[in-house]
Amino acid sequence: MRRCGLALWLCIASAAQAAGISVQDDRGVTVQLDRPAQRIVTLLPSLTETVCELKACERLVGTDRYSNWPASVQALPKTGGMEDANVERIVALKPDVVLAAVSTRAIGRLEALGLKVAALEPKSHADMRRVIGAVARLLGKDGEELLWRRIEQQTREAAAKVPASLRGQHVYLEVDASPYAAGPSSFVGETLAALGLGNVVPKELGPFPKLNPEFVVRAQPDILIGTDTAIQEMAARPGWQGLKALKTGRTCGFAMPQYEVLIRPGPRLGEAAQLLAGCFTKLAQAH
Amino acid sequence: MASARRRLLLTLALATLALALCGLVVGSEGWSFGALTDPALRQVVWDIRAPRTAGAWLTGLLLGLSGAIAQGLFRNPLAEPYLLGSSAGAGLAVVIVLAAGHAGGQAFQLLGADALLRLGLVGAAFVGALGGVSLTLLLARGAQRSTTGLLLAGVVVGFVLGAMADLVTMAAPEALRGKQVFMLGTTGFLGWTSCGALALGALLTLPPAWRFARALDALALGEDSARSLGLPLPQVRMLMVVLLALATGTAVAQAGLVAFVGLVSPHLVRSRVQAPHRFTLMASAATGGVLLLAGDVLARSVIAPEELPVGVLTAVLGGSYLMWLLHRRGAR
Repeated sequence: MRRCGLALWLCIASAAQAAGISVQDDRGVTVQLDRPAQRIVTLLPSLTETVCELKACERLVGTDRYSNWPASVQALPKTGGMEDANVERIVALKPDVVLAAVSTRAIGRLEALGLKVAALEPKSHADMRRVIGAVARLLGKDGEELLWRRIEQQTREAAAKVPASLRGQHVYLEVDASPYAAGPSSFVGETLAALGLGNVVPKELGPFPKLNPEFVVRAQPDILIGTDTAIQEMAARPGWQGLKALKTGRTCGFAMPQYEVLIRPGPRLGEAAQLLAGCFTKLAQAH
Repeated sequence: MASARRRLLLTLALATLALALCGLVVGSEGWSFGALTDPALRQVVWDIRAPRTAGAWLTGLLLGLSGAIAQGLFRNPLAEPYLLGSSAGAGLAVVIVLAAGHAGGQAFQLLGADALLRLGLVGAAFVGALGGVSLTLLLARGAQRSTTGLLLAGVVVGFVLGAMADLVTMAAPEALRGKQVFMLGTTGFLGWTSCGALALGALLTLPPAWRFARALDALALGEDSARSLGLPLPQVRMLMVVLLALATGTAVAQAGLVAFVGLVSPHLVRSRVQAPHRFTLMASAATGGVLLLAGDVLARSVIAPEELPVGVLTAVLGGSYLMWLLHRRGAR
């Protein structure tokens, strides 16, 4: 009799748990929702993209000012950025959940006002997979596996396209002209590695180290990657005209929309791999 | 004379009331009388606009007070609350917390990183501001010697801590954006808890400032005269520095480095009335409150529905006023 009661209790308890949604975010905080989120505000472009790629774009009611993909989100109310989120506007949008980067300044304030906030910050491929899973659970969607498999598939296809002559070549990928570069431990670095390329930046320097321009000249990268404007002005930097990759035109300059695909740790990782592979193929054909 | 003071106080009181009302009505979501019944709008008005309005006023109050204390203590009309290393200290602490937040468990597993994050930006800024001033006091060997020594030590500490903050942002560039916003100052995240902290700061600093304001009057005659009047200079200096640090630290912790309010408020008061410090300190505090309140209301409405960081507005408005004041003085 007692055993029967225990089983019944367990049954009820698990049913109660199944009715709600419970997700642990990147701060270790458990975000609980009674039902899948229907009204969502995102405060990070890659999270906006993730929601849309999970086919829930119509549930977005507001995004940060930098979210610009897919085009439909550009018409949504804009709620400021990571550092200056407009609290009043976000609260007025009555979201079931706010998706934000861990370092978003407004998180404490939004939670104090009774909003549910899931802080998610994808920094690597593994993070991205975890974030896609967390967002899918908050949305009550089950497309996470499908989406991740598609990303992997795209990356594999891209890797297969990279010409054998370029494999193992060392790349300098510039994220800012200061110069900051993408190291092997960054998500872009991981994509490059998946494509079979090396990186001029050693792993110890971290994901996005600030380099001395001398370092780049000395490292003589085989391929230079950056925005098209950055690539154009590289030759004008003191000493950089000696870079062999510049002299021989082994560069991949991307226009802003493509460059954003490359440097956003979002669900378009696979597309980023394909963009890179496309450029590498062109380079191999030209040489 | 007394009527000029009364007029100023009346103007300040009326401006505060009018601006506080604007503070409740102005915002990206607009205003309708539905705010009295609709729960969503009511939350916007009472839980978001009301505390940020009160918070902006209190922050301005603290900055106005510390500006007046600084100018009285250093007998220099260009002195401002951030002079003694409080801004640089707060800036450094904020940058360290931001950098630790980004490194969080990844690049370097600092033992303290976790504790730092829990301390949060507000606590860090407060501790940093007080730390900066303490360092200045240490370097000047307390407030024993001269005011100039204190001032020099403050400038040096400001430069060194500022450079250290730059160094941290070089290593952790992700902290750069957060640092920039902190440097600009913002009232957008002030809630009732922040108001509580600010009010406590005001309660701790306003009464002693009122009580000991006369020492600043004596100091205005020069250090030698003040000493000959029997004023215990080191103790007075120390007390004023502590009040300055406490008021600035509290304000900076909640709203970042809001520019010019502390510098301009005493000038505004002095341009209207000549009065002993007891009056100037309190009137400067009230003026600071009005200025930042106005700045906050404008910041919400100038480019609505987006917001300007309030510090940008106070710098532009305060700076322009100061230029006009200098120009007018030059013309005389």
